[in-house]
Amino acid sequence: MSSENVELTAAGAASGNIAGAPRFVETLADRVFRQTTFAIAVLTVGLTVYLVYTIGHAAMPALETYKFRFLTGTTWDANRNEFGVLPAIVGTLYSSILGLIGGTLFGLAIAVFLSEHFLSAGLESVIGALGLEGRRFWAALPDGIENVLRTTIELLAAIPSVVYGLWGIFVVIPWVRPPADWLHNHLGWIPFFGTALSGPGLLPAAIVLAIMVLPTISAIARDALIAVPPKIREAAFGLGATRWEAILAVFIPTAATGIFGAIILGFGRALGETMALAMLAGNANVLSWSLFSPANTLAALLANHFPEAGTAEVGALMYAALVLLAITLIVNIIGTVILQRAGAQLKGLR
Amino acid sequence: MAAMASEVPLEVDLPQLERSLRHPREIFSYFMSLLTGAATLAAMFPLLSVLFLLIRRGAQTLGKATFTELPPAAMMPGGGIGNAIAGTILIVFIATLISVPIGILAAVYTAEFAPESRITQAVRFAAKVLTGLPSILAGVFAFAIVVMVTGGFSAPAGGVALALLMIPTILLTAEDAILRVPSRMREAAIGMGATPTQVVRKVLLPTALPGILTGIMLAIARAAGETAPLLFTSLFSDYWMSRTSPEFLPKTIGDLMKPTASLAVLIYNFSGSPFDNQIAMAWTAALVLVVIVLLVNIAGQRLAAHYHR
Amino acid sequence: MRAKTIEHWRWPLGLMALSLVAMGFLGYQVGDAASATTLQGSGATFPAPLYQRWFAEYNKLHPDVEINYQPIGSGAGIKQFQQQLVDFGASDAAMTDEQMAAVKQGVVLIPMTAGGIVLSYNLPDLTAPLRLSREAYVNIFLGKITNWNDTAITRTNPGAKLPDEKITVVTRSDGSGTTFVFTSHLSAVSDAWKNGPGHGTSVNFPVGVAGKGNPGVTALVKQTPGAIGYVEYGYAKQTGMPMAVLENKAGKFVSATPATEKNALASVTLPANLRGWVTDPSGDDSYPIVTYTWMLFYRKYADPKVAQTLKAVVEYGLDQGQSFASDLGYIPLPESVIRKDKEALAQIS
Repeated sequence: MSSENVELTAAGAASGNIAGAPRFVETLADRVFRQTTFAIAVLTVGLTVYLVYTIGHAAMPALETYKFRFLTGTTWDANRNEFGVLPAIVGTLYSSILGLIGGTLFGLAIAVFLSEHFLSAGLESVIGALGLEGRRFWAALPDGIENVLRTTIELLAAIPSVVYGLWGIFVVIPWVRPPADWLHNHLGWIPFFGTALSGPGLLPAAIVLAIMVLPTISAIARDALIAVPPKIREAAFGLGATRWEAILAVFIPTAATGIFGAIILGFGRALGETMALAMLAGNANVLSWSLFSPANTLAALLANHFPEAGTAEVGALMYAALVLLAITLIVNIIGTVILQRAGAQLKGLR
Repeated sequence: MAAMASEVPLEVDLPQLERSLRHPREIFSYFMSLLTGAATLAAMFPLLSVLFLLIRRGAQTLGKATFTELPPAAMMPGGGIGNAIAGTILIVFIATLISVPIGILAAVYTAEFAPESRITQAVRFAAKVLTGLPSILAGVFAFAIVVMVTGGFSAPAGGVALALLMIPTILLTAEDAILRVPSRMREAAIGMGATPTQVVRKVLLPTALPGILTGIMLAIARAAGETAPLLFTSLFSDYWMSRTSPEFLPKTIGDLMKPTASLAVLIYNFSGSPFDNQIAMAWTAALVLVVIVLLVNIAGQRLAAHYHR
Repeated sequence: MRAKTIEHWRWPLGLMALSLVAMGFLGYQVGDAASATTLQGSGATFPAPLYQRWFAEYNKLHPDVEINYQPIGSGAGIKQFQQQLVDFGASDAAMTDEQMAAVKQGVVLIPMTAGGIVLSYNLPDLTAPLRLSREAYVNIFLGKITNWNDTAITRTNPGAKLPDEKITVVTRSDGSGTTFVFTSHLSAVSDAWKNGPGHGTSVNFPVGVAGKGNPGVTALVKQTPGAIGYVEYGYAKQTGMPMAVLENKAGKFVSATPATEKNALASVTLPANLRGWVTDPSGDDSYPIVTYTWMLFYRKYADPKVAQTLKAVVEYGLDQGQSFASDLGYIPLPESVIRKDKEALAQIS
C-alpha cells in the first residue's frame, strides 16, 4: 500500500506532473525561471528607457533652441528653422479620439456579438426550426461562421497601412463627400462642419483610423468578455436579469480591465499610425474644429519629413516624437486613474 | 412543511421573471441586441470593402511567377515577389522570436511573480509608452543600435525594429490573460505542492494560452504590414537572399546580414509608382501578405485547439 | 500514450519556435560568397525607376553583378552615403560642399539623367491645354490668384471656358527632390517667392492641401475639381494627366516634351564639378522646369573591384541606358554631358 504511493509520487515527479513536494532540481529550476522573468522585466524597462534616451538625445538641440515655443508654434518651415507642432498635436488628439470612439463603439459591439454568441444562437435556432440540427455539417455551421467572422476581423490588422491609405483615397473620400458637402452647406454654422471638404481631412482620416483600431479592440475585448467566469454569468441570469442588463451591469464591468486594455492598445495604434494618416489627413498645419478641414498629425509629420530632413529638422522631428510619447503616456495615466476610480467597487468580483 | 415549500415560490414576483415584450426592460434588451447586430453588420461593410478591393485588385496578377520571380523594374513584363515573401517571413520570424519570449516572460513577472512591485509598475509604464511609439521611430532606434553597429542593413535589424512594436501588444495582452486565470486554479496547484514555476508552466500559461495567442496574432499581423520600421533597417533588395537564383533561405550568415526584401516595403514603393506593372504587383503583394497572416493565424488556432483537447 | 501527446504539446509555441530555428540553421552552409559582386545604393526616389531598370538589365547581361538601389529619399541617401553604409548614393539636389567635406575618401558627383516637372490640373471643361504665364503660376502657388477666371489666367487662354471656381493648390507633404526643383525654379523666377517660402525639399507653402508622394498629389488633383498641383513629368505622362503649357524665360509658351526638356538642359553648361542647376533655362524652345539628378560616388574605394564594377555599370547607364530614359519619362542626357561624365568617372578608383 505505502510502497505503491511512493511509486506513484515518483512516477508523477518523473513525468513532470504536479504531485508531492518540489525536489531540489525543481526548486532550482524555479529560482532560475523567476530570475529570468525578472531579468526580462528589467530588460523591457531598460530598453524603453534607452529608446527614450536615444530619441531625447537626438532631440536635445531642438529642445534647447525651441523650448516651449515648439509646443505653441503653428508653422513648420524647415527653410527658416521655425518649428511648431501645435496643429499636429491637436490633429493627433482630434483624429485619434474620433477614430477611437468609432473603433470602440463598433469594436465593443462586435466583441459582445461574438462573445455572447448572438450569431451562432440565432443560426442554431434557424437550423433547429428547419430540423437540421442532427446533421453534422449544419450543427457545426454556426460556430464555423462565427470563427470565420472572428478571423476576418483579426486579419484586418494585417492589411498594410498603405492599403488603408489607398482605400481611404479611392473609397472613403468619394463616399463621404456628398454628405459632407450637404452638412457644410446646410449646417455650416456648427463649427464641426465649418469648412468644405477638399478631399483629405480629419473625417476620412478618423474613419480609416476607426477601421484600423477595430480589430485590436474587438479581438482583445472579446477575449476579456469570454473570460467572465460562468458562475458570474449564471448568477446574473439567476437574478432575473435580461440579457442586456447582464451584459451592461455585470459582464462588461467584470471584463472592464481587459476592455480598457484593449482600448489603450487601440489608442496607441491610432496615435502612432503613420502612413495611412500621411496619405489621408491632408498634412496642413491648420487649427480648426471642422471635421472636413485638412489636418496634420505628429506621426504623419515624422513620416513625411524624416527621409529628407536636415540636421536641424531631425532634431525638431525627434522633439515631436518625444511630444507624441508624452501624449501617449498622459492619456494612459488619465485612463488608468479613471478606471481605478470606477473600478474600486468591482474588486471583489474576480 | 409542505405548505412552507409551496409558499416560497409565491413570494417571487412571477410576472417579473416572465420574458415578454410588455416589459420596458425586455424591450430595451431586444433593442440593444438588434442594435449590436446592426452595428456588427455596419462594421462589416467597410471591412468587406477593404477585403474586396484587396482581392479584386490583388488577384489579377497572382500566379506561379508571383512566388518564383523577382520584382520587375519599370515597364518590364512579368516578375513576381518571391524574394519579398521569403524576406517578410524571415524578418517577421526573427521579430517573433525576439518579442514573444520577452513579452510573455515579462508578463509572467508582472502578473504572477511580483504583481505589485516597483519593477512591475515600471514595466507597465514602459509597455504603455511603447504602445504609442510611431512605427518610424522603432526603425530609427533599430538603425542606431543594429545597423550602425553591424555596419549594414539586414533582416535582423528589421526584426529588432518590428519586435519593438510587437512587445507592448504581446506583453499587455499576456498579462491580462494571465490575470484572468481564476485564482482557484492557481490555488489548487499551489495546494498540490507545485513550485511557482510549475504553476506558471502547467496552469497559468496553458489556461491563458488563447488570450496570449490573440495578442501574438495581432502583433504579428501588425508587424507584417509595417513599412516605416523596415525602410531604414532591412531596407529592400531587388534580388534573392542567396545568390544562386531562387533560394528561399539565406545560405550563409553573410547573406542574412544583407539588405532584405519585404512585402511591406515593396507595397510602399510600388504603390507610389506610375507604372501599371508595379502597381499591380503592389496589390498582389498586399493580398499575399494578408493570406500569409491568415495562414499563421489558422496555424495558431489549430495549435491552441489541439492543445486544449 | 495519450498523456504523452499532451506532454508533447505542452510548449506548443516553444516547440514551433525551436523547430523553425533548427530549420533556419539547417539552411546555412558556411560557404563562401565568392566571385559575384553585390553593390548597395540608396537615395533619391525620382530617378529610381530608371536606375532600377538599368540594374535589372545589367544583371541580365552580367548575372554575377547584383546592384541593389533603394529609393529612400535624397536626404536619407546622402546621410547613408556619409555614414559609409552604401557603395553609392543618389540625390536630386547633388551634395553641398559642407556635406561633401564630411566624406573622407572624397566625392565624385555624376549627373545620370534628368527630368522635368509639370503643373497638372483638373478643369474638365477645358479642351485645349491650359496656358500659364510665369506671373500666373507663381501667383497661384503664392495664393495671390485664387480663382480660375482671374484675368492673369484668362488673358493667356483666349476662348477657353475657365470656370468661376476656387483654385485648390495641391503640394507635396513629404520632403522631396521634386519640391526642391520646383521651388528652386519659382525662387529663380520670382523675388516674392524667393523672399517668401524660399526653396528646399519641403517648404512652407502659403496655400493648399498636401498629398504624400506623386500618387498623393495625383489622386488629389484627379478628385478635386479646380485643383492644380506639381508632379514629375514621367509620372504625369504615365498616368495621362493634363499638363499646363508654361511661359519660359524667352517669353514663349512651351509644353513639356522630351525635346523641349533636352533643349533646356543644353542651355546650361555644367561647371567642372558637374554640379549645376537649370533653374531658369534660356532659349525659345526650352521647357522652364527641368533638373539633373546625380549619383554620388566615393573618390577612393577600399576594394578596387567595387570601383571597377561601379564604373562599368555607370558606363552602361550612360551609353545603352540612356535609351530607356525617354520611355520611362526621363530626359536623355545631352552628348556634352555624357562626355564630361565619362571624364569624371576616371577620378574614381
